[in-house]
Amino acid sequence: MDTRLKIELRTSPHLKQAVTVEQIMRNVVYALLPVCAFAVFAFGISVLALLMVTTLTCVLGESLFCRLSGRPSTVNDWSIVITGLLLGLTLPPGFPLWMAAVAAAVAVGLGKALFGGLGYNVMNPALVGRAFVQAAFPVAITTWTPAFLDRRFTEFIPSTLTAPFMQPPALADWIEQAQVDAFSGATPLALQKFEQIGTPVGDLLTGMTTGSAGETSALIILAGGLYLAARRMMDWRIPVGVLLGAALTSLPFWLMDSVRYPDPLFVLFSGGLMLGAVFMASDMVASPVTPRGVWVYSLFIGVLTVIIRLFGGLTEGVMYAILLGNAISPLIATVTQPRVFGAAGKDPRA
Amino acid sequence: MGILNLLRRNTFEHGVHPQEHKELTCRLPIRRLPFAPTLIVPLSQHAGAPAVALVTPGQEIVRGEPIARADGFLSVPMHAPATGVVDSIRLMPTARGPKTESIVIQVYGGSSQEVLYDAPHDVDSMTPEQIIQAVQDSGMVGLGGAAFPTHVKMKPPPEHKVDTLVVNGCECEPYLTCDHRLMLEQTDDLLSGIHIVMRALGVERAMIGVEDNKMDAVEAIAGRLAENSPVSVHAVKTKYPQGAEKMLIESLLGRRVTSGSFPSSVGVSVFNVSTLAQIGALLPRGRGVIERVVTVTGPGVRNPGNYLVPVGTPVRFLLEFAGSTPKANELILGGPMMGMSVASLDVPVTKAVSGMVVLEASDTELRDRHVQPCIRCAYCVEACPMHLNPSTLGLLAAKGEYETMAREFHLNDCFECGCCSYVCPANIPLVQYFRIAKAINREKAA
Repeated sequence: MDTRLKIELRTSPHLKQAVTVEQIMRNVVYALLPVCAFAVFAFGISVLALLMVTTLTCVLGESLFCRLSGRPSTVNDWSIVITGLLLGLTLPPGFPLWMAAVAAAVAVGLGKALFGGLGYNVMNPALVGRAFVQAAFPVAITTWTPAFLDRRFTEFIPSTLTAPFMQPPALADWIEQAQVDAFSGATPLALQKFEQIGTPVGDLLTGMTTGSAGETSALIILAGGLYLAARRMMDWRIPVGVLLGAALTSLPFWLMDSVRYPDPLFVLFSGGLMLGAVFMASDMVASPVTPRGVWVYSLFIGVLTVIIRLFGGLTEGVMYAILLGNAISPLIATVTQPRVFGAAGKDPRA
Repeated sequence: MGILNLLRRNTFEHGVHPQEHKELTCRLPIRRLPFAPTLIVPLSQHAGAPAVALVTPGQEIVRGEPIARADGFLSVPMHAPATGVVDSIRLMPTARGPKTESIVIQVYGGSSQEVLYDAPHDVDSMTPEQIIQAVQDSGMVGLGGAAFPTHVKMKPPPEHKVDTLVVNGCECEPYLTCDHRLMLEQTDDLLSGIHIVMRALGVERAMIGVEDNKMDAVEAIAGRLAENSPVSVHAVKTKYPQGAEKMLIESLLGRRVTSGSFPSSVGVSVFNVSTLAQIGALLPRGRGVIERVVTVTGPGVRNPGNYLVPVGTPVRFLLEFAGSTPKANELILGGPMMGMSVASLDVPVTKAVSGMVVLEASDTELRDRHVQPCIRCAYCVEACPMHLNPSTLGLLAAKGEYETMAREFHLNDCFECGCCSYVCPANIPLVQYFRIAKAINREKAA
C-alpha cells in the first residue's frame, strides 16, 4: 500500500446529488432565453436594449453590493441574471432605458442585497423593482406599443432612448406613422376591462398582442415551465395552483355576466399571469417550502390576481398578488408544517 | 386511502435515488480474509453496557472461546476471533472517535484457527427464554449497522403483541453487497435463523423484504421456501432508505410506527438478514460472533470484494489486502450514506461494520464545495422519509435554537439517514447540524 496515503474526515452522507444552486439558476436562465428571444422578435431592438440594461445593471449592482458588504461575489450563482431578465420582461417594450436601470437598481438593492442576498430576500427582487417603477413612473409603465412593427429591427421606439431624468415623449404620432391599422394603445386586458372587447385566445397563446415585453406568448412561457418542471428545478405545483386559482375564481363571474367579465381562458392567457405563474411565483426563495403551503400560496396568488383584475383600478394584478403571496409565505409555511411520519393519532390508515 | 395504498405498494414516500455502484462487488462470492497479526477487540462495540474482560494479558486463547462477558441484560459477550495470546487490554482508537478499552490479541501464525469451542443446542426443544439467552451468549448484535443487542429485540415489551417478523434484506446503502451475497450463498442459514427467531418471538409469519435490484436473491430465497411456508419474500422498490425499519415496515405491511415508538408497537420485529444468517449458523452449535462479511469497495480500492473478516481486524490490514489507489482520499466504515469516515487506519472492524468504502478525491468534490445560503428549494422536504422540514430545521440550527427544533419541528424523529444533505444544492450539512443539535439537547437534559 502507498504509505503516503492521506485520508480526510467528512461527515455522512459522503455522497452528493449533483444538482447545485448554480445549475438550478442557470437552467432557469435557459428556460427564460426563448421568452427573451420572442420578446426581441416581437418588439425589436428596443427590447433587446431593455433586457441588456436591466440584466447588466442587476449584475453590476450585485457585485457592487457584495463588495460593499465584504462578502464574496455571488454573481456567479446566476440568480441575479434571472432577476435582470425577468425585470426586463415585465416592462413595456418602449420603457425608457434610464427608468429600467432605476428599476434594476431597486430590484437588486432593495429587493435582494438589503435582506442579505440570495436566500434571504423576502420577495421576488424583479417584482420589487417593477413595483417601484410602477409607482414612480405610472405613465411610462402603461405606455404600450404594437408588436411586429416593420421597422422594429432598425429603429428604437422613441421613448426607449429618453435622456436620463427626462419624461419620455408621447408615442401617439410615432405609432400612427408606423402602423397601418389603428392602434388603441391598450393591452388585451385593458380592452376587455374598459371596453369589453375580447382578444382571440389563439393570439394570446402565440403572442400576437401587445403587452409587457415578455408576457405576450403564453406558449413559449409554458414550454420553459415544462422544461424546468421536468428537470425538477421548479415546483410544478406553483404555476398549476396559480392558474387553477385564477381560473376557478373567474369562472363564476363569467357565468354570471359573460359580457362584463372575461372567460377563464382569457384570464389565464392574457397579461402577465402566465409569466408570473411560471417564472415569478415559483421563485424558490420567496415561496413556502412545505408541500401543503405551496398549494395555499399558489392558489392565493391566483385568486388575488383575478380579484385585482376584476375589481381593482388596475388592469393587471399579478405583480401585487405575487408580492403579497411572497410576503405571507413565511406565515403560510409556519401553519402548514409537514405531518411527521407516524405522527401520533394522525395516521389515516391506523 | 384504498387507491393510494395500491399505488404506494412496496415502497414508502419520499427518499432518494443515489447511484448504486453495487456492480463493483455484487457478483463476487464471499472470500475469507487472512488473519491479521494483531486483532483489536473493543469491549464496547454494541449499544448498551460494555462487556467485561474475562482474560488477562499473557493468557492464551482459542478461537471462539468467550473472552468477555455481558454486563447485564443490555450487553453482550465477546468471543476470541482467533487463536493466539492476549497482548494487553488497553485504550485503543475506534471508528466512533473516543478511545475504547479493547482486548489486543497477538494471533498465532502457525495455528490452524479451528473453532474448538462448541456448546451445541437442540434448538427445536428450547423454550423462547432459552433461545433468547443463547442469542445473548453468542454476542449477537444488529449486524446491519445498528449494533443493538439482538436478544433485547427478541423480548418486546409485554404490552406489545408482535405478529410479524420482518427480515431486512434491503441493503439500500450504495456500494454495499454483503447482505446480497449472503442471501445468495447462505440462504439455508438465513432461513433457519428466521425459524429460530420466529419461535422465540412466537410469531406465525415472517416477511423478507429485498430491494428489487437484487431479484436473484429474491429468487434464491423463494426457491428454498416450502409451499404454505409462513415465510414469504417480497421485492420492494429500490430507494434509499428502504432499509430503515420504519420505512420497510410501511413498504411491506402498510403500518406506520408512531413517532417515538418501537416497531413492536405495531406488532413487528425487524431483523437484518446477516444477523439472522449468523443466528442460523451459530446458535445450534452454541458459538459466538467472531467474524462477519464486509464489502470492501469503492473507486479507491484495487481489488473490491466481499470478505469474511475476523472481528477486530485493523482497517489497515483490510486496506493492504484489498489494495488502495494513490488517489484514495476518504475511508468510510459502513455505507456511504450513513457510515463514518475514519481518522486512523488503526481502528478495527467491529461486529456492525458492513462495509469499507474508499472514495477518491474526485468522488468527494461535490461534498467539498462551499456552503451557500438556503434557497428554499424544498428538495430536502421532498426527500425526508420522516416528513420533517429539514430546511427550517437547518435555519433554526444555524441560529442555535436547538430546543425549538426538538419541541416544534420533531428533531428527535430524525434518524440521520442523510437524504437532506444528499440533495441540498446549497451543500448545507443539514444532517450534521441535526446530530449536533441532538447531542447538545441530550447534554442539556442530562
